[in-house]
Order: sequence, then C-alpha cells, then structure tokens
Amino acid sequence: MRRYFGRKLLIYGLTFFVAVTVNWMIPRFMPGDPVASMVARANVTKPEAVEAMRAYYTNLFGLDQPLWQQYLNFWGALLRGDFGVSIWLFPTPVSDVITTAVPYTLALIVPSVLLSWVVGNRFGAYAARRKLLDNTVLPVGYVLTAMPYMWLAVLLAWAFGVILGWFPVAGGYSFSMRPNWSWTFLLDLLHHWTLPFLSLFLVALGGWAIGMRNMIIYELESDYSNYLSALGAPSRLIRRYAFRNAVLPQITGLALQLGVLVAGALVTEIVFAYPGLGSLILKAIQNKDFFLLQGTFLFIVLGVLIANFIIDIVYVVVDPRTRAGMAGAQA
Amino acid sequence: MTVIQEVAPREPAGVRREALYFAARNGKLMTGFGIVAVLFLLGLLGPLLVGGAPNEYGPKPMTPPSGEHWFGTTTFGQDVFTQFVHGLRSTFAVGVIGGGIAAVIGMLVGFVAGYRGGIVDEILNMLTNVILVIPTLAVLLIINAYLGIRSVAVQGLFIGLTQWPWAARAIRAQTFSLRTREFVDLARMSGAGTGRIIAREIAPNMSSYLFMTFILLFGGSVLIASSLDFIGLGPTEGVSLGLMLQNANQWSALQLGLWWWFVPPGAAITAIVGALYVANVGLDEVFNPKLRET
Repeated sequence: MRRYFGRKLLIYGLTFFVAVTVNWMIPRFMPGDPVASMVARANVTKPEAVEAMRAYYTNLFGLDQPLWQQYLNFWGALLRGDFGVSIWLFPTPVSDVITTAVPYTLALIVPSVLLSWVVGNRFGAYAARRKLLDNTVLPVGYVLTAMPYMWLAVLLAWAFGVILGWFPVAGGYSFSMRPNWSWTFLLDLLHHWTLPFLSLFLVALGGWAIGMRNMIIYELESDYSNYLSALGAPSRLIRRYAFRNAVLPQITGLALQLGVLVAGALVTEIVFAYPGLGSLILKAIQNKDFFLLQGTFLFIVLGVLIANFIIDIVYVVVDPRTRAGMAGAQA
Repeated sequence: MTVIQEVAPREPAGVRREALYFAARNGKLMTGFGIVAVLFLLGLLGPLLVGGAPNEYGPKPMTPPSGEHWFGTTTFGQDVFTQFVHGLRSTFAVGVIGGGIAAVIGMLVGFVAGYRGGIVDEILNMLTNVILVIPTLAVLLIINAYLGIRSVAVQGLFIGLTQWPWAARAIRAQTFSLRTREFVDLARMSGAGTGRIIAREIAPNMSSYLFMTFILLFGGSVLIASSLDFIGLGPTEGVSLGLMLQNANQWSALQLGLWWWFVPPGAAITAIVGALYVANVGLDEVFNPKLRET
C-alpha cells in the first residue's frame, strides 16, 4: 500500500512540476518580445495600469537574470501564494480573484459529479440485461454523452429560463441582491444554481449509465456469476456481487474523466454567466489578463490533482486487493 | 467506456469476409456510420453548392428559417445554413487531425512501452500518467491564449498533442497481452526487429481495437474543439460549429429567442459524436463474436 501511494504521489508531484514549468515556459518562449506584446495586447486604458503591468512583467520575468534564476524566482513566488496582480480587476491580486470564484465552481461541480456518478451507476446497473429499459437507457445515454456541455446548458436555459421563465438564466444570484447569509439570499442562490447543476448532471449521467451497463453485462457473464446462478442463488444477489465488481473500473473512470468534467463546468458557467472559474477564464481571455489565466490554470490543475488523490484513497478503501499489495489498480 | 476483449488471431481473408458480413447486418454500425456519412457529405459538398462567404453580413437580420434561408439568419443577417455547412467542415477537420495525431502518438507510445517493457515502459508509462492527469482543456486554454491559434489545423494539432495518453494506456495493456503469444515468439526467433514485430505481428492483430480507439479520439477532439471555440479561443479564421455557438451566446440569441442560431450547431456535434459512439458499439459486436446478438 505504501508503494501504491508512493507511486501515485510521485506522479502527482511530477504533474504539478510539469504544469508549473509549462506555465513558466509558454510566456517566455513565445515568439516575439513578451513584455511589449503583452502590454500592447492588454489594451488597458488606465495609464497607471499599463505602467504597473510593464514594471511587473519586467520585474517578474527578470529578463536580465539567467534563465535558471528566473525559473527559481517563479517557483518562489508561487510557493508564497503570489500569482501576480489581475489586470482586469487591477490592482486585486490574482489569488483573491480566484478565491472569490472557487466556491461557486465547487458548489456546481462537486454535487453534479457525485450525484451523476451515483445515479448513473444505479441506473446503468438496473438497466443491464433488462430488455425494455436497456433499449431506452442506452440510446438516451449515448445522446447525453455526445452532447457538448454548453449546448445542453443553452437548451435548458432556453426552455426553462426564456420560454417557461421558471429559472433565471444569468448570474449566481439576483443582481439586486448583495451576498449575505439570509434565507432569501440562499434560496436565490439555489434558484440560480439549479439549471447549471442540472445540465452538468445530465451530460455526465449518460456516460456513467452506459459504462456501468457494459460492466454489469461483462460481470454477469463471468464464471462466478454462472456458478452462483447454477447454485440457485437469487438473481438479486448475483447482481449485487456484479455491481460491487463493476463499480471498481467506474471509480478509475471517475478519475480519468475529471478533466472533461472540469471543462464541462467551465463552459456551463460561461453559458449561465455563473460567477465561477469559467466566467473568470472568459473575462481573463477577453481582457488579455494572462496572470489571471495562468493562476486559474494552476488552480484547476491543483484541484484535479487533489481530487485524483481522494479517489485513490477511496479506491484503497473499496478494493481490498490494493491494501494487500496485490494487483488491483494500476498506477 | 467500452470493454473490448482480445481477439484471437485468425486467417486474414476469412476474418475480413466474416467481419464484412456481420458489419453489413449490424444496425448500430450502419445507422451510426450512415449519420456521420450524411453530415460529412453535407460538410464536403454544402459549401460548394451554397456559395457565399459564411460570415458575410446580409440585409435581413434575425429572420426565422424559410425557403430562402433554410436555417434562418443571425443578428447580422448572416445565413446560418451557410455557416453550418462550413462549420461541419472544420469540425470534421479537427476530428481527423486531432484524433489522427493522438492515435499516432498513442500507438507509438503504447506499442513501444507494451512490447519493450522494463525501463522503457517505466519511463513512457510515467510520462503517460503525468499527461493523463493534467486537465486537457486547461492546458489548451493557456497554449491557445498565448499563441493565438488562427487555423483549424493548428487547433487540431494541439488537441492531438494533449489527447493521446488514455489511448497509449489502452494500447499498452493490449500489447502486453499479445507479446507473449507464440507467433510473436516465433517472429522474434526468426530475427525480426522490434519495429517489424510491432508492425507485422502485433498491430494487425489488434487493428479493430486501434480503429475503435481512433473513433473515440475523433469524438473527443470534436468535443474539446467545440469547448475551446465556445470559450473564445477558436480559430480566428473561418467558422466552426463551436464558434457559431459562441457567437449565438455572445450576441444573446437565447434572450432574443433566435433558436435557429444555436440549435443546429449543437445538434450536429451531438449527432456526429453520438453516431460515432453507437457505430463503435456496433464495431465491437462485429469484431467480438461474444457480444453479437443472437
């Protein structure tokens, strides 16, 4: 087990290292003079912002210093939690901008991912080998997984927001309100949260249901299932065993899908103008706020790595083979 | 997630005929490929027949679908159908380029790691796992934002460069199970080199698997490209289905009720990717006798 976690942590450490290095390299090895082109592209009207930006870039890049020194400085700033200053919201530090957006993204992504995983697995397991259900679940599942996240989001916003008028289609809360801890505000939050949540939930649901259905069919054909049914065990019991085996690849699948799910959350937020990381990225791109963009990138990578590690721990809890040091999950 | 069992090697000619026989009778495969083929032809021939530049402003903004404008017009009077057929083109281009590059890298890494084993495998596997964990879209965001991607081809290139790891992992696992077979041993004993064994002995025996991997990579590339376009980092030249969605969203087609602006592009992406997934299940049944419906 120690070897298992050691290997995982090594991979995650390396990944973070690669991500930071990429983040450092791209602005530096981009063709042309980075400082000049970025200041020019920033298109900032405030002269003090332009000046601060130029000074900050030159200072941060430390272009007179040798490359290795620049690289070390970059790491140093990062470890102090210094992501630079946002240009869009000058002079707020990038880390502050990100921390105000993160709760919204987490509130969307965590419930939708977990719920779609649980419900999708239940649904898929139930539909497998049941002719009528299978014939409906499977096509619907394929359509759902094939949908681009933003398109379902747009369709839902159009149907429930614009035509029916049941839900608001923009923002994290009503524009007339200010964030506070009253019940009216929390209800308002929930009201705005429903549609983005629903669209994320639905797209992810299809994939899990299909995966689970396929795994269950595979497990029901295995020797232990045949043996159990030959002994006369009730089919509910056999299905329960099959489910426990089939859920393991689905846990690994969850880890593999994290990147896609995060991407889905980002574009969904943009559709609903939800004040999370996705909208932040859009603003950063529109305002050429590269510090904000890079900060968000590192934040997302870090979040995905942490989620991966949590899934690894869950896997060890669920699959006893990994605990015994036998072959279970591959690193 | 498709589960694919290994296929026992048989005589090539007989296998091919048998596969064709079952392929022609497989409803999923035929429907899936049929839908993709129709949309592909529409993207291929549509721009030639429709004529006119896709982003050209027209005199009649915001008209609903009619005989003159099949899919209506945008706020700027652009013909949605013209944009749609051009967009289909770039969507297929991104899928082929992104999926193709990812498949080639995935195959190279997967075959070499799986066949050579040992330290080579350790290093390649570590590399695969590291890139696998990094969220693809986040990396592409950074790259596209800095480099300012202009053409569909470059967008496809970068998508391909970031999308290969899971394919490499799957191919590596598959190669592992093949490399201890007798015919591989025989080839090795007869003095064939690594490249020759991989190309002549191992790859042909999992060609169906490789093809299905490519299909999944194609679908993935199309979805990622549409997300990138939607965020505003799409190709700055030309049209794509994702860019259409982005424009519709940006110019509040939703609030104005211009449903004909945002429904067709999303529906086309869903149809292409969904049809490919269904065709993939059909292919699985064709190549794997265990899964065939009796």
